Amino acid sequence: MESLFQRSLDDLIKGLRLSPPGVEAAFIAKSVDEIRREIKSTDSQTKATALQKLTYLHSLHGVDMSWAAFPAVELSSSAVHSHKRLAFLSASLSFNPNTTDVILLLTHQLRKDFSSSNPHDVSLALCTLSSISTPDLSRDLTPDLFTLLNSSKNFVKKKAIAAILRVFEQYPEAVRVCFKRIVENLESSDMGVLSAAVGLFCELAVKEPRSYLPLAPEFYKILVDSRNNWVLIKVLKIFAKLAPLEPRLAKRIVEPICEHLRRTGAKSLEFECVNTIVTSLSEYEPAVKLAVMKIQEFLLDNDPNLKYLGLQALAIVAAKHSWAVLENKDVVIKSLDDVDVNIKLEALQLVMAMVSEDNVAEICKVLISYALKSDPEFCNEILGSILSTCSRNFYDVIVDFDWYVSLLGEMSRIPHCQKGEEIETQLIDIGMRVKDVRPELVHIARGLLIDPALLGNPFIRKVLSAAAWLSGEYVEFSRNPLELMESLLQPRTCLLPPPIRAVYIQSAFKVLTFCIYSFLSCGDDTSYHSELTDSVLKGDFQESSDTVTIAPISDTDIYDGLITRSSHQPPKCVSTGNGDDSMISHEQISSASLRKQQLTQKSIMDLVNLVETNLGPLAGSHEVEIQERASNVLGMIELIKPRIHSSTDESEGDKIKGEPESF
Amino acid sequence: MGIRFVLMVNKQGQTRLAQYYEYLTIEERRALEGEIVRKCLARNEQQCSFVEHRNYKIVYRRYASLFFLVGVDNEENELAILEFIHLLVETMDRHFGNVCELDIMFHLEKAHFMLEEMVMNGCIVETSKSNILSPIQLMEKAS
Repeated sequence: MESLFQRSLDDLIKGLRLSPPGVEAAFIAKSVDEIRREIKSTDSQTKATALQKLTYLHSLHGVDMSWAAFPAVELSSSAVHSHKRLAFLSASLSFNPNTTDVILLLTHQLRKDFSSSNPHDVSLALCTLSSISTPDLSRDLTPDLFTLLNSSKNFVKKKAIAAILRVFEQYPEAVRVCFKRIVENLESSDMGVLSAAVGLFCELAVKEPRSYLPLAPEFYKILVDSRNNWVLIKVLKIFAKLAPLEPRLAKRIVEPICEHLRRTGAKSLEFECVNTIVTSLSEYEPAVKLAVMKIQEFLLDNDPNLKYLGLQALAIVAAKHSWAVLENKDVVIKSLDDVDVNIKLEALQLVMAMVSEDNVAEICKVLISYALKSDPEFCNEILGSILSTCSRNFYDVIVDFDWYVSLLGEMSRIPHCQKGEEIETQLIDIGMRVKDVRPELVHIARGLLIDPALLGNPFIRKVLSAAAWLSGEYVEFSRNPLELMESLLQPRTCLLPPPIRAVYIQSAFKVLTFCIYSFLSCGDDTSYHSELTDSVLKGDFQESSDTVTIAPISDTDIYDGLITRSSHQPPKCVSTGNGDDSMISHEQISSASLRKQQLTQKSIMDLVNLVETNLGPLAGSHEVEIQERASNVLGMIELIKPRIHSSTDESEGDKIKGEPESF
Repeated sequence: MGIRFVLMVNKQGQTRLAQYYEYLTIEERRALEGEIVRKCLARNEQQCSFVEHRNYKIVYRRYASLFFLVGVDNEENELAILEFIHLLVETMDRHFGNVCELDIMFHLEKAHFMLEEMVMNGCIVETSKSNILSPIQLMEKAS
C-alpha cells in the first residue's frame, strides 16, 4: 500500500523547493523517516527510490546515511542496471573507507562486475572502487585489475588504469604486479588510455621521482610527438620532477619545451612550459629568457587571471634571476594598485624580493605612498612586509639607520597602522645595537611624545612606550630635557594603560636624575663626577626614609639586564682632568651647552616641582608598578632637594662629597 | 592527487552538486563548503578566478546562476582547470541543451555520471565530449 504512494525523487526535490525556509528542516526529517520505512521493502524499485532520495539528501543537505550502507550493498547486486548504478553511486558518495564495515561485502560483487561482458558494468565497478577502496579491497581485487589492464576494450582499459592509482596507494604490492602492463600502455594509440597512463605516472612521479627516471625515454617520445595539450601538461609535470635528478635529461628536454612554448596557442600549455622552465630548468639562460618574455605577456594582459599567474611565475624566477623582476618593475609596482587583492599581495611579495641596500629607501617611499591610499588590511600588509624585510638578518639591508628610524616614526603615524608592537621592538632593538643612531632616535621619540593627540590613539601606544623608554635611556642626547619631562608628565598620559604609564614614569625618573646631576656637576668647572655619579645615579643612600627605599636605577629598568647603567658613560660638560676614554660627540657638546643654559637653579626647582605635582597623586595609585615608581621618584626628590637649594650657596667641594649625614 | 573536489553552488550559496575525491565527514564537508562559498561569492568579475585556501587552491568560474568551484593541489595548472570547468559546462550543455540550474537539480545523477567519465581519483581522464557522453546516451537508450 505504501509503495503506491512512495514519493519519487522528483517529488522530494519539488517539495524541498516549495518549502518555506524555516520548514525545510522538518520536511527533510519527515522524508528521512519515510525513507527508513521504504528502504526495508523487499521490492527492488521501492528500495531503489528510497536509496536515491536518501543519497540526494546526503549529498546536498548533509543528512547522515551511514545506516543505509547495507541496503546499498544489497541493491548493488540487482540485475536491473539502473538500480545497480544507483547503489554504486550511493556507495561512492557516502561510504567511509575507514568506518563502513560493509564495504568488504562488496568485494564479491565488484569482482563479478569486473568480469561482466557489459563494459558499463565494469566501468561502474571501477569508479566505485576508486572512491571507496580499502587496503583489504585493494589486495583482494588486484588480480582482477591486472586482467582488466589487458582488456580488449580501450574504454575499460582506460578506466582500469585510472582506478589503479587508488589501489597502489592502499596496497603498494600491486605496483610490482601491474607495473609492466601500465608501461606498455604508454605506447597506446588510444588517447584515453594514453592520457590515463600518463596521468597515473604523473601522480606516482611526484611522490617518488627517482623510481620513474628509467621511463624518461617513453615520456620524451610523448613530449615530442603528442599534440594533445592535456597529455603534454602532464608530461611536463613529470619532467619538472625528473629533470633536477639528471642533468643530461634536462639538456635534452630544454629544446622541445621551448619549441612548444613558442608554437602553442593554448595559454594553459604556455603556462605549464614557463613553470617547468623556471622551476627545473633555470640554468638554461635562453630558455629562461624566453620564459620571462612570455611572463611579460601575461603581466601586460588585461585578464586578471593571467596577470596573477604571471606575477607568481615571476616570483619563482626572481629567486635566481633578479634581472627579470627589475625588467618588469613598473608593471609590478602598478599592480600594487590592482582591484584584486590577490594580485596586490603577489605584487607586494615581488617588490620585497627586489629590495637591496641601494634601493631600499626608494622602494619604501613608494610603498608607504601606496599604504596611505590603501584599505586598512592591505596597508598593514605593506607595513608588515617592510618591517620584516628591513629587519631580516639583523637589519642587513639597512645602511642609513637615521633614515630607517625616521621611517619607523613615520609609519607609526599612518592612520591604519596596527604594527605598533613590531615598531616598538625594532626601535628599542636598534637603539641598543646602533650607538650612532641614538641621537636621531631621541629626536624621533621627542616628536612622538610631545603630541597630545597621539595619547588617545590605541594603536600607537606601544610605539609611545618605546619612545618614552628611549628618551629616558638615552636622555643625554636630548636637546631639551625640560621639554621632554613636560611631555612625559602631561595630563593626557592618564589615558595610557598602566604598564605604559609605568614606563613613562621610569623615564621621567631617568630624565630627572640626569638633569639634577648635570646641574650639580656643571655648577662649576672642576669635575668630581665620579663620586657624584656614584651617589646620585646609583642611589647610594644608606639611610632610607620611612616609607620609601630608593632602588638603584639599573634594576628598575624594565629591560633588565639588556643594558646596564654602568656601561653608560654620562656625558661631561667639561672634560678636563677626566682620564676616561669616552668620546664627546658634537651632539653631546651642543646638548651639553644647551643644558648649561637651561639648567639654572630656578629651572631645576621648577622641574622638581613639576614632577612632584604630577607624580604626587600617583604615589597612592592602585597599580603596583605606578605606585612603586612614582614613590621612588618622590623619595629621591625629598632627599635631593636640600642639596639643590644649597648647591649655589657654597663652594662645592665639602658639601657634595661623601654620604649625606643629615637625614 | 590533483583535483580534491568539484562543487556547483548557486548565488545564494546552496550546493547543487558535491563530488569529493578524498573522504571527508559530513561536518567537514559542510564547514568547507561554507567557508569556500563565502570567499568566492564575495569576489567580483574583475578579480582573478583563483583563491588560496588552507594548503590548496580553489579555481572557480561563474556560469549564469551557478558557480563551479574546483579544489586543487597547489601544483595544479590553474588555467588547465579553468578549461576543465569549461569543458564540463559544454558537455552538460550538449546533453541537456542549454543547461541551467534546474537541469542539474532534477538530473543530479546524470551530472555525477558525466563527471565520473571525466575525472577519476582526482585526475582528468577524458576530455572528448563525445567520449564522455556516449556511455550516458547508451544508458538512456537502454532504459
